Amino acid sequence: MLHVFGIDALSVLIFGPALSAFVVAAIASFGTSKQFGRWLALILSLIFALLSIKVFADYQAAGLAIGDEQYIVAQDVAWFDALGARWTLGIDGISAVMILLTGILTPLAILASWNIEDRSNMHLALLLFFETGSMGVFAAMDLMVFFLFYELTLVPMYFLINQWGSMPKAGVKFSGRFYASTKFMIYSFGGTLGMLLATQLIGWSAGTFSMATLIETWPLFRQGEALLGIDVSTVKALAFVGFFVAFCIKVPIWPFHTWLPDAHGEAPTAGSMLLAGIMLKLGAYGFIRLVIPLFPDVWLTEVIIIGVNVATLFAILSVVGIVLGAFAALGQNDFKRLVAYSSVNHMGFVGIGIAVFAQTYAQLWSGANPNADIQTAILAGNGTVLQMFNHGLSSAGMFLLAGALYHKTHTRDLTEYGGLWVKAPIYGGILLFTSFASLGLPGLNGFVSEFLIVRGAWPVFTALTAIAMIGLLFTGGYILKGIRAVLHGPFNMRWRDYNLELTPAELLGIAPLMALMLLTGVYPNWILPMINTTVSTIFAGLAG
Amino acid sequence: MDFLNDPHVLPWLIPAGPLLAFLIITLITNKAKMVPATDHHEYGGHHPDYDGMLVPVVARYSRVISVAIGMAGVIAALLISWRTLLDASQLHHIGQEVLGSSIAWMDTGASTFNMGVLIDPATVIMLVMVPIAVLMIFIYSIGYMAHDPRQARFFALISLFAGAMLTLVVADNVLLLFVGWEIMGVCSYMLIGFWFEKESAYKAAIKAFTTTRIADVIMLLGIAYLYSITGTLSFREIMYKAETLDLLATTTPIIFGGWTVSAASIIGIFLIIGTVGKSAQFPLHVWLPDAMEGPTPVSAMIHAAAMVSAGIFALIRLYPLFAAGGDPHHGILTEPLAFMAVVGAFTALLAATMAVAQNDVKAVLAYSTISQLGFMMAALGIGAYIAAAFHLITHAFFKALLFMAAGSVIHGMEHGEHHAHEHGHGHDAHAGEFDPQDMRNMGGLRKTMPVTFWTFLIGGLSLSGLPLITAGFWSKDEILADAWLVLDKYGSGAHGLIFILLALAAFMTAFYTMRQISLTFGGEPRSEAAKHASLGQGVVSFTMTLPLLILAVFAIGAGFVGVPSDFPVLGPIFSPKYNAFHHLVIEALPLPEATAAYASLPDYHPKAPPFNIVPVATSFIVALLGLWLGYMVYWRKPLKTGQADPMENFLGPLHPILQNRYYLDDVYIAVFVKPSQWLARHTTSFLDRGIIDALLHIIARVFAWLGDLIKVLNLWLIDGVGDGIPIAIFHFGGWLRRLQSGRVQLYLLLVLAAAVVIGVVLVLSSGAALPL
Repeated sequence: MLHVFGIDALSVLIFGPALSAFVVAAIASFGTSKQFGRWLALILSLIFALLSIKVFADYQAAGLAIGDEQYIVAQDVAWFDALGARWTLGIDGISAVMILLTGILTPLAILASWNIEDRSNMHLALLLFFETGSMGVFAAMDLMVFFLFYELTLVPMYFLINQWGSMPKAGVKFSGRFYASTKFMIYSFGGTLGMLLATQLIGWSAGTFSMATLIETWPLFRQGEALLGIDVSTVKALAFVGFFVAFCIKVPIWPFHTWLPDAHGEAPTAGSMLLAGIMLKLGAYGFIRLVIPLFPDVWLTEVIIIGVNVATLFAILSVVGIVLGAFAALGQNDFKRLVAYSSVNHMGFVGIGIAVFAQTYAQLWSGANPNADIQTAILAGNGTVLQMFNHGLSSAGMFLLAGALYHKTHTRDLTEYGGLWVKAPIYGGILLFTSFASLGLPGLNGFVSEFLIVRGAWPVFTALTAIAMIGLLFTGGYILKGIRAVLHGPFNMRWRDYNLELTPAELLGIAPLMALMLLTGVYPNWILPMINTTVSTIFAGLAG
Repeated sequence: MDFLNDPHVLPWLIPAGPLLAFLIITLITNKAKMVPATDHHEYGGHHPDYDGMLVPVVARYSRVISVAIGMAGVIAALLISWRTLLDASQLHHIGQEVLGSSIAWMDTGASTFNMGVLIDPATVIMLVMVPIAVLMIFIYSIGYMAHDPRQARFFALISLFAGAMLTLVVADNVLLLFVGWEIMGVCSYMLIGFWFEKESAYKAAIKAFTTTRIADVIMLLGIAYLYSITGTLSFREIMYKAETLDLLATTTPIIFGGWTVSAASIIGIFLIIGTVGKSAQFPLHVWLPDAMEGPTPVSAMIHAAAMVSAGIFALIRLYPLFAAGGDPHHGILTEPLAFMAVVGAFTALLAATMAVAQNDVKAVLAYSTISQLGFMMAALGIGAYIAAAFHLITHAFFKALLFMAAGSVIHGMEHGEHHAHEHGHGHDAHAGEFDPQDMRNMGGLRKTMPVTFWTFLIGGLSLSGLPLITAGFWSKDEILADAWLVLDKYGSGAHGLIFILLALAAFMTAFYTMRQISLTFGGEPRSEAAKHASLGQGVVSFTMTLPLLILAVFAIGAGFVGVPSDFPVLGPIFSPKYNAFHHLVIEALPLPEATAAYASLPDYHPKAPPFNIVPVATSFIVALLGLWLGYMVYWRKPLKTGQADPMENFLGPLHPILQNRYYLDDVYIAVFVKPSQWLARHTTSFLDRGIIDALLHIIARVFAWLGDLIKVLNLWLIDGVGDGIPIAIFHFGGWLRRLQSGRVQLYLLLVLAAAVVIGVVLVLSSGAALPL
């Protein structure tokens, strides 16, 4: 694994941004100009972006094949011996993709907040600090470390929404950002409480927090015996619920999603970009990394009253999210809330992909169905991870564009736009491109992953997949509504003397996203083999 | 550049030209200058006034360069297509051998999904038609859009459109076909809504996209299902391989399994629904008439060369799948075939009835397109594979011609209106509401626009199927011949029904076409605009006329490649050895030697239907009768200004129903659109805010209340205790202070006491004390 000045690259990716955040925040006290702070933050984040690309490329160059070790471990030292937690960092194909996404999005978020004047250094520092948290989650191979970074991401995001969120509307005393940030914080914290307990329980019972070990041992741990005087399967089910709820909130899976429209709607542009682009992925990543391998038996447990197993319930909730997310987005008149609900819609596909992955994994692991179709599950798994990456690109792009308009007009109300294409032709073209990427237009990124997920889900959850198509239909509906309201129709003369075109910084911010959207749509194999190898390896381990 | 000489690699480059043109125009050459919006010369026509604002208008050099790049792209596509056709003709046995290559596109577990291009007989016929038709549309657009402030953007979009269509044509798998398919959908959305300021335009665009998307998501399921059974989406692996087809035809599906249908049938119907949307078949046909809001070259593109043809082309590609499990040539239809036959024939007739009552020159053509696509769909449904492919090609040529001729008429009428206005002839008070597309305002255009008239006439007669000399006759006749053959030989009722429905539709087609020609070109001008209608002089006139002339040649000539070899007199002339079209296209289907081994599969290579007088006579009668009737009613007694259409009297109360499209749009709005919008509006307010958030807020309230309670407890109990302790310490300290009296004896006493206590504690805790 790559080392930078003798430190492994993953540790640099984790601590580097935090250190940079400190520097960027601190130089403000020495009277440096805001512009200097911006450039500094941008350059530092670009360094980490390059490093993350290098990590990604190195992983790719390692040329792992299906069946090889799943992880490349970069660092493993004693850390919190009293608890048995170790500082273990490593990546597989899935985390490499996520690290790449995080590395790329952070500088773009900094570019998108180029025009922020209010305490700009602190704003940028928080963005960098957020990068630390995300990198930590994706690189952690120790449950305790994972939890630590998972919680750490909340802090910068809370302050970004709370301090730099939207301005109050005329006639309203308080801005919605206070409500939104509090809701975001309590929602997330409420979710992770159970996760903390579950983490402790697992660590205490198994005597280790190492994910690689736990994946082997925890599902088999004292099967059929009692733990703390309770049947061990009940204990595991409770631990499962702890993780499940926490990650459901983060993804978000319906009905745990109501924090999201508020948080997105009120957050500053960069906050929304990172929130949608990276933070939602933490939840989905948690499912794939932890909940599926740690609790394979629980996924097949029948849920009381409903009469279906947990995986199916999860698929049902995901499909409800796909359909209702699309409907809700269609019903919005607030541009950012529309985009926010589109995340519920798109992440629903991630959810159904995870459900297929989980059910097949569990069936193979437990032997409940040794003939479960591995190929289907692999396609679903590939689609899921790719969809996470793709949603990161397109949602970040959409929020950048929605934010760009908000900065100039100070309104997010779609009914107050209209016909802006004539005033902002470049913005219009880019909005169309990004919207269609988000819609899942073949030839652009979203289609590949959605197709894979539909293909994977169809044989497993046939009826649900068919229902999900309603959501896909209305995805078209809200995307066209957004385009129509912003670009089409007679020009709203209120904006006659405004310059609505994208600024150079915004243009630079969106260009890489567009390039990646096109690249992934035209040639997904630039990234897919790594995902495929890892996902296939996970299943190969079960079959063999 | 060795790979350019490899005939297997070359097809990759066919769509590359237009796609590259799109990128270059969009990213580099599309440059606007800002002009005051009131400048009507620069920013007139279809655009609203932007009060006192600077608006972008494509700069002159940018316009020229963009047009040139667009043209270069499509010409490159044409030349490479020809080169590929030449390569294909060198194959010993096209069909059994094909041109094509693929790359690893997507890793799927241990296998890989390959993306590639394929030149087989079905591709060949499309490569003959599409590039030429597209080139004509491009040439036409130079003139038609010459005064549009966004002509560069227009050329970028139609280049992308052409590129997507060509991608679809050369695709070697269903997924790539779907990619081209959807990109075309987006292009049509953007081009229908090209004049985006107009409400009718963007509404039509949204309607077109949404309606087709209904079909597309179902088609996506079909593709996913097909992929999950076969593990591949390659046309050659599925449609040309008997064992895959047999697998599909004999697998029990995972849904509707109880209905004794095969997986092939379910997949087939899902895929056909995609075409029902794309090719505007009932009940998803409603978007196409509205699509007329786009500039006319777009109409030609959508309705002829590209989008709607793509739907039929996809069906032609997938036909072996639909027929697997049945045998249409012996009267046994599978569910997908029956579905196509019924939907197609019904649509053919339904659209024809609506066309009769339209007054918009483009609307008539739009309905005729829907109707003709119905012909093709029905033909495929009854197994008339070759006939459907044939009609697809001939229709593309004459319909592109008709649309562009209609566009010339509209252009001419606008020109005439402008002229009448400028020279003070305009005496109609409501000049602002003048509709240049309304045929009731036309009349007599044969004199002012002779080239347009003659070419329109040729296209119209071909559409009507004027016997023997037009392309439309040959292709329609072949459909009827196929239907008749199976009816005659095996007494298949389905084939009989289709025969009757299509014959009726053909009759009406001839009638409304003649009505349209008469209303537009016959009689005397019914408005000032019609009197002065012309295309003017120069580039505009030339570029808008040339494509009409070229396409007119095809509208007649294209039919002679498929003359049945046993047709009296003409057969031996045009098809001395065999019917060339039939001979070529049949090779796209699996070989009989391969399919014979499987009981589930039909013989995909039936003989061409032998000459039979009944279908030929029917074709003659319906075409001639329809034309004659139209001629008698509309040409001989031309409409006068303000006179009601004779149809209104004849049809009575039926006329408004037909004119209003059977009120289907209103039904859809009431049944689908409004409820969806209602649901959308209330999802957030009712579910998210009303229930989920309300519940959370209740929890928050409870905890806030609990917090208040605890706060009170704090004040009373804990604070009582907490504050009490310092107070107690204070008092204790006061008391203690009295010990510090300064008397040494007392200190000593206290030290001693302390030592005793500590000693006892130590002894006790060390365990040295006696066990009690």
